[in-house]
Amino acid sequence: MVRVELPAHLRALAHVKGEVTVEVSGPVSILSVLDALEAKYPMLEGTIRTHGTRQRRPFLRFFACAEDCSLDPPEKPLPEEVASGKEPLLVVGAIAGG
Amino acid sequence: MSRVRVLVGTKKGAFILTSDGKREKWDVSGPHFAGWEMYHLKGSPADPNRIYASQTSGWFGQIIQRSDDGGKTWFQPGTPPGESTKAPDGSPKGESNKFVYDTSLETGAPLTTHQFYDGTQHPWEFKRVWHLEPSLTDPDTVYAGVEDAALFRSANGGKTWEELSGLRGHGTGPQWQPGAGGMCLHTILLDPKNAGRIVIAISAAGAFRSDDAGKTWKPINKGLKSQYIPNPEAEVGHCVHHIAQSALRPELLYMQKHWDVMRSDNAGDSWTEVSGNLPTDFGFVIDVHAHEPETIYVVPIKSDGEHYPLDGKLRVYRSASGGNEWEELTQGLPQSNCFVNVLRDAMAVDSLDKCGVYFGTTGGQVYCSPDAGDTWGPIVRDLPAVYSVEVQTLP
Repeated sequence: MVRVELPAHLRALAHVKGEVTVEVSGPVSILSVLDALEAKYPMLEGTIRTHGTRQRRPFLRFFACAEDCSLDPPEKPLPEEVASGKEPLLVVGAIAGG
Repeated sequence: MSRVRVLVGTKKGAFILTSDGKREKWDVSGPHFAGWEMYHLKGSPADPNRIYASQTSGWFGQIIQRSDDGGKTWFQPGTPPGESTKAPDGSPKGESNKFVYDTSLETGAPLTTHQFYDGTQHPWEFKRVWHLEPSLTDPDTVYAGVEDAALFRSANGGKTWEELSGLRGHGTGPQWQPGAGGMCLHTILLDPKNAGRIVIAISAAGAFRSDDAGKTWKPINKGLKSQYIPNPEAEVGHCVHHIAQSALRPELLYMQKHWDVMRSDNAGDSWTEVSGNLPTDFGFVIDVHAHEPETIYVVPIKSDGEHYPLDGKLRVYRSASGGNEWEELTQGLPQSNCFVNVLRDAMAVDSLDKCGVYFGTTGGQVYCSPDAGDTWGPIVRDLPAVYSVEVQTLP
């Protein structure tokens, strides 16, 4: 079970409070976690990755174990602490707007 | 007694204002979708409880929301109401926010670029839905005008969307360019007497019309003169801010252009200027009285560089002659130190016997005139900046 922490607006959109958890089969990576997340919460499709390109939206970033993994290849395995559920994967909205 | 429901989109959420036909006392609900930019909400003429809303964010992209109970509850059309979003088995995909340009070899191949601010060609990139226009007859059919400019249609209540790519593909697309607010398709007019006719407007490309329900399109900008483009009378490239249509005479159109107020008596085949004695003919909104096709309203704005009323006085101007001769309407509106703007989709009229006129400001006020513009009063004063105002007249 992988824990994912979403920004407040996406929690509201998904009608959840606090962290969410997803089952990931196979290697735990940004790609597989987001695939599982969107399968469980289809209303989040397009909000983290753009439709079509499935690229990370520019004002969102991913953190695992206090490390920014936004620019890593999406298939790169996440740290064992995230894969085991000890630590959450953080989806963070950039602070922007002045 | 009839009622009115005012749908207000703001920079930080949506609000619904309701009143009886007297339009004196108002109930306010909201913010719906708190914190999100709500570009536009509009109800279906065929089923007033069906409301579509464009929810958008620079962070999270585009969401389409729908209500089937007059705005009490909302859902993304791709996920049916009441269905658990946690169940992975059988949950439909959330496709309601999926706007993908036509890139098919048959129709999409030549549609890949438009002109950018620096004059170079730039690929089309979807950003947001500016305007939603429900069908006049079918609650499940709705059109979406988007940035970068294109027209989409859903025939299943907003669940999935398909581009009407004949608009971008008719030939002038590479000459379109963004205005200061982006290259947005902001106006969609459906003809109540001609089911195949659709008029749309793009900033900054101009006005276009289809007479075959969106399959083929042509520019309808003859008579427009824009000194700020290389050829002031070009076929396309004009910064049309908004177009309004008389429901009683759908071929009669009124336009607020970047500068100039225009009218067309032939569904856009040709335009003539009717700015007349307006103190400035720059502005964004324009609308038509529900029962008098020659009575129209604008809110003059000082200039393209100073987006607020002249002299700090918020004035609506009304013409009862279809333009050229205008009277200022000030009763109940602030006449000093007012420096708000009124954005292009932020004026609407109801269809009660005594036509009500409504508009919202970037200062967060929504004003109502229950007597066709003679007197005004604020329904609310302190909302976030108002992006759009629509009105439903209910039995």
